[in-house]
Amino acid sequence: MKNNDNIQLDGTVYRVGENINTDVIMPGRWCHLTDDAELALHCMEDYDTEFNDKISKGDIIVADDNFGCGSSREVAPLSIKVAGIGGIVAASFARIFYRNCINIGLPIFESPECVEATEMGDRLQIDMFDGKIINVTKELEFSFAPFPPFMKTIIDKGGLRGYVLEKLRKE
Amino acid sequence: MGLTIAEKIIADHAGVESVTPGQIVNVPVDMAMANELSAALAIKELNKWGIDKLHDPTRVCLIPDHFTPNKDINAAGIATLVKNFARKHNVKYYYEVGRAGIEHAVIPLEGVILPGEIIIGGDSHTCTAGAINSFATGVGSTDIAAAWATGEVWFKVPPTARLNYTGKLRPHVYGKDLILHTLKDLTTSGATYMAIEYGGDVFDQLEMADRLTMANMAIEAGAKAGLFRFDEKTREIVESSERFLKEKPEYKIVDPDPDAKYTLERTYDISKLEPQIACPFSPDNVQPLSHINNVPIDQVVIGCCTNGWLDDLERAADVFRGRKVHENVRALIFPGSQKIAMEAMDLGLPQIFIEAGCVFSSSTCGPCIGGHMGVLGENEVCVSTTNRNFAGRMGHLSSQVYLANPAVAAASAVLGRIGSPEEL
Ligand code: SF4
Repeated sequence: MKNNDNIQLDGTVYRVGENINTDVIMPGRWCHLTDDAELALHCMEDYDTEFNDKISKGDIIVADDNFGCGSSREVAPLSIKVAGIGGIVAASFARIFYRNCINIGLPIFESPECVEATEMGDRLQIDMFDGKIINVTKELEFSFAPFPPFMKTIIDKGGLRGYVLEKLRKE
Repeated sequence: MGLTIAEKIIADHAGVESVTPGQIVNVPVDMAMANELSAALAIKELNKWGIDKLHDPTRVCLIPDHFTPNKDINAAGIATLVKNFARKHNVKYYYEVGRAGIEHAVIPLEGVILPGEIIIGGDSHTCTAGAINSFATGVGSTDIAAAWATGEVWFKVPPTARLNYTGKLRPHVYGKDLILHTLKDLTTSGATYMAIEYGGDVFDQLEMADRLTMANMAIEAGAKAGLFRFDEKTREIVESSERFLKEKPEYKIVDPDPDAKYTLERTYDISKLEPQIACPFSPDNVQPLSHINNVPIDQVVIGCCTNGWLDDLERAADVFRGRKVHENVRALIFPGSQKIAMEAMDLGLPQIFIEAGCVFSSSTCGPCIGGHMGVLGENEVCVSTTNRNFAGRMGHLSSQVYLANPAVAAASAVLGRIGSPEEL
């Protein structure tokens, strides 16, 4: 498999705790929004009102256990993606959130070891094909379990969209 | 090797003898459902993909319930988008406001899904329908769009957690208390990726309302689904649905194999269990009711997809009958669906609620999601029969929500503080 610029990540860490739920990522009052720019504006608003000012394009969210628990609202991962976050590393993810990220092509990784060692402002580099996360600031390296082949196919195609279109074309 | 209910349903749909947890399968879905919010995103997605044809419009269900009756111009725009989409594609199960209610109440009661079937829904509480012996799970809008386009969904076969409940339920202890008690033990991530299979000898004492409540909150433990086996009570609700009466569809009852393999097993003796309360700001922050001292409240919400069933309304009405809502409290009643509201009318329940000083509302998600029709203000405290009490869930970030069963919620409304029906 060759490198793909979309999923090779290099960014500054925005560090959060455990059980970050979809209500604080994208509050119910904004769930009717469908415009990417507007969604980005309210991303993580109930967690940190200055979230958008603090992050830059390509930054990486690093979270403790159960990131994205709560509702199935796809606007939650979508807002993170359109706000410019390049990927998320968590000790663990809530199920629907995990699946939504794969489907919309937002790279996510489970590595409790990396999470444990990483602080706000660290610089991370992620090589998703080799299953490697490097904490450049702390000079540490971690590995994560590779995606199963089917999920890898979806990720390679930039999300479920590419997969569906190819399937329909074949039919 | 034996299979659990979830594994059997998935294997059956995948057309194979057996599946193992962790395996990824593509399966046809019997129904792909969305509310107006998840539908709007799915429709937008289909448009982006350039797809103009649904795989099978008889397997599509659209229920606007979150911000309906339309809360503002934005919400109206979304509802219209969904309505036009339903018309254009001849969607079989489109439920207009006034003919439906909250999606998870409509689905089992109207027969949109049947035992042994697979439904995916663009809403995390889609797991509610697991109470009627189906595999029901919440997904995101992209999954819904893909299922509408291809008729299929990908699943990682979940491992199953078996939760057994034994003993005899005490008065004013319901399915809500069993699931809150369970959440205290498992936490909000204790069953992540798993299917929960509920069992034990309490099963026979549980009404369908209780089972639906427990299946509804399986997601609060992070689970993919929450399933019950089938019995006569299940048959009654399945076969009294409008669709069943009209079409007499066949369905498959699925029992777990005696040698099914479970990743996690728990047995809860509930003989001494009292009503439970989930304190702010998490559904697993649970205390027995008797440990909660003198918490004055501003609002009570009874209903929504967790506890908006007819039995729930009856349990609340039994408490309100001949009593008044406390002067400091607003009490709002939201039946799960129009059908439930109608049955409540036949029993004279709205009269009891209104005489007590409650609002008897139309069926909507409104306050549960902090959307409309009962949003909490700064520092307000609410006792609610809904399923989530994360910070800001029902309104202002400083507001606090305590989750309870309908009888406790009603008693609290009368007392003006969190309390038990036994104190009245
Ligand atoms: S009632 Fe509440 S939990 Fe249920 S579907 Fe509506 S918003 Fe979701």
